[in-house]
Amino acid sequence: MSALIFPRADVPLNDLPALLLPAYGETLTMVGIVMAVVLVIGAPLGVLLHNVAPGGLYERPALHAVLSWIISIGRSLPFLILMAAIVPFTRFITGTNIGIAAAVVPMSLAGIAFFTRIVENSLRSVPPSMVQVARAAGGSNLQIMRTAQFSEAVPAVIGGLTIQVIAMIEYSAIAGTIGAGGIGYVAVTYGYQRFDNTVMLATIVILVVTVALVQIVGDRLVRFTTPQKRLQRA
Amino acid sequence: MISLRHLTKTYGRGHAAVTVLDHLDFEVPTGRIAAVVGPSGAGKSTLAQCINLLERPTSGAVVVNGEELSGLPEKRLREARRRIGTVFQSSSLLSRRTAAENIALPLEYLGVTPGEARARVAELLDRVGLSDKAGHYPFQLSGGQAQRVGIARALALRPSILLADEATSGLDPDTTRSVVGLIRQLRNDLDLTVVFITHEMDTVRQVADTVARLDHGRIVEQGDLVELLTSHDSLLGRSLQPRRGHAGPEAGTRTWYVTYDSTDVPGDWIQRFTGDLGAVVHLLGASVETVHGVNTGSATLGIGADDDARVRGALARYGLSGTPDGGGGSQSHQLLTAAAVLEDVA
Repeated sequence: MSALIFPRADVPLNDLPALLLPAYGETLTMVGIVMAVVLVIGAPLGVLLHNVAPGGLYERPALHAVLSWIISIGRSLPFLILMAAIVPFTRFITGTNIGIAAAVVPMSLAGIAFFTRIVENSLRSVPPSMVQVARAAGGSNLQIMRTAQFSEAVPAVIGGLTIQVIAMIEYSAIAGTIGAGGIGYVAVTYGYQRFDNTVMLATIVILVVTVALVQIVGDRLVRFTTPQKRLQRA
Repeated sequence: MISLRHLTKTYGRGHAAVTVLDHLDFEVPTGRIAAVVGPSGAGKSTLAQCINLLERPTSGAVVVNGEELSGLPEKRLREARRRIGTVFQSSSLLSRRTAAENIALPLEYLGVTPGEARARVAELLDRVGLSDKAGHYPFQLSGGQAQRVGIARALALRPSILLADEATSGLDPDTTRSVVGLIRQLRNDLDLTVVFITHEMDTVRQVADTVARLDHGRIVEQGDLVELLTSHDSLLGRSLQPRRGHAGPEAGTRTWYVTYDSTDVPGDWIQRFTGDLGAVVHLLGASVETVHGVNTGSATLGIGADDDARVRGALARYGLSGTPDGGGGSQSHQLLTAAAVLEDVA
């Protein structure tokens, strides 16, 4: 055990920022890149999934079944297993299987599957009469998807996005165990393998505060994008 | 003017096929308000969706001002939809847009410049009497105000046809009256042709020039509102009459259901009829109103006379028509029951 080889000595408080800040930066980078990819691919995919479903604007039940099935597979694997399973694919894309670049690939895949479902679900909660209204007003399918479906669902999508960002922070910590860096990596190497309680505690505080902040910002945005909540508060 | 010719809409194929509209013919001349009524399941919503071209008919034609629209290719069909304004059931406003932004929706889709759109929206808000509510969100509007916004939105692209699809369903009677008043006003000002689809007979009496009854996918009866209301033998006319409860008959009298059967029933008919008959007449219930300047309505009377023919004759003198309750098996009695059922279903 590492505690036997290295005499147990917690990282002094003074050195904590030097250890944690770069790691935190790495975590934010990972989550940031992944969220960008997820938004760009997941949002249109969610809208597509919703509209090829029976009753959608481009009803294609067979395509919907296939898409839905693929997404369900992505959603059903625990992240650790997904990450390990697609190592060859990750190496093919990034040329490496460690580090931030390598972590971003499985995180994006899991994230896209996650977000696609969130968008699909949010659109489903918009009353179908809104689409009828937009069609009767002479809207093209693209206009209808933008103004009557997605725009109406924005608060729900933001609510889902909040859950998603928090899930991605969690995934980044799991990715940390295979050497992706970030707060998760520090927590595992110092807190777990070296029994450094100070570092362990510090990473926990950072994660709790980060998640709380994300939640607060998300809630604010939901309120801001829902006229009823925004104006009744004032 | 809008005419529907041999309109047929079938869902599904083969044995599972369901024909919702069955060679339906219907025409509304320019500047008229035609109400379409019918029990649920008669095909009202499908008819609405064929009129505003959200659904393509299986066969037949939707002709607006002489131009056949339902057979157009998809892109042209979308343009054609702009010639028909639809007022939906209340609560059809986009919740994250203000009243003005909701009204601007069709203009936005069309690609009108923001400046032009603003001017047009201001004009429309003024027309529906909501200039002070431009920046209000749907949750800040009452049901009637929201529906006025819906009407303004339907008119944004200056359509010649206005389709009201259960537009007053779910509104209280006063609000309904004001929304209906607005629709009639707009019809007069803009020479709109209005198709008003509803299941509310009370609303029909307020809004319609003509009424058509849809049943099993066909127009089974239609006519001028006043003519229907004053026609004793019309099932549709009967179902248009308000049917309220009435007091029970007293001993020695018989209950008669009396309808206004002509356009010139004198206001003091009860007094004169009682004098003519020389018998006891109890008023058990009545509903009379003026529709397009004509008094129409019905009354339930308890009459202490045995000679049915004499009672009928006395009523006929004042343009009224009567049916004794409990007569059993008579054609009018069946008609009455059928009318009551029709109202129940609706």
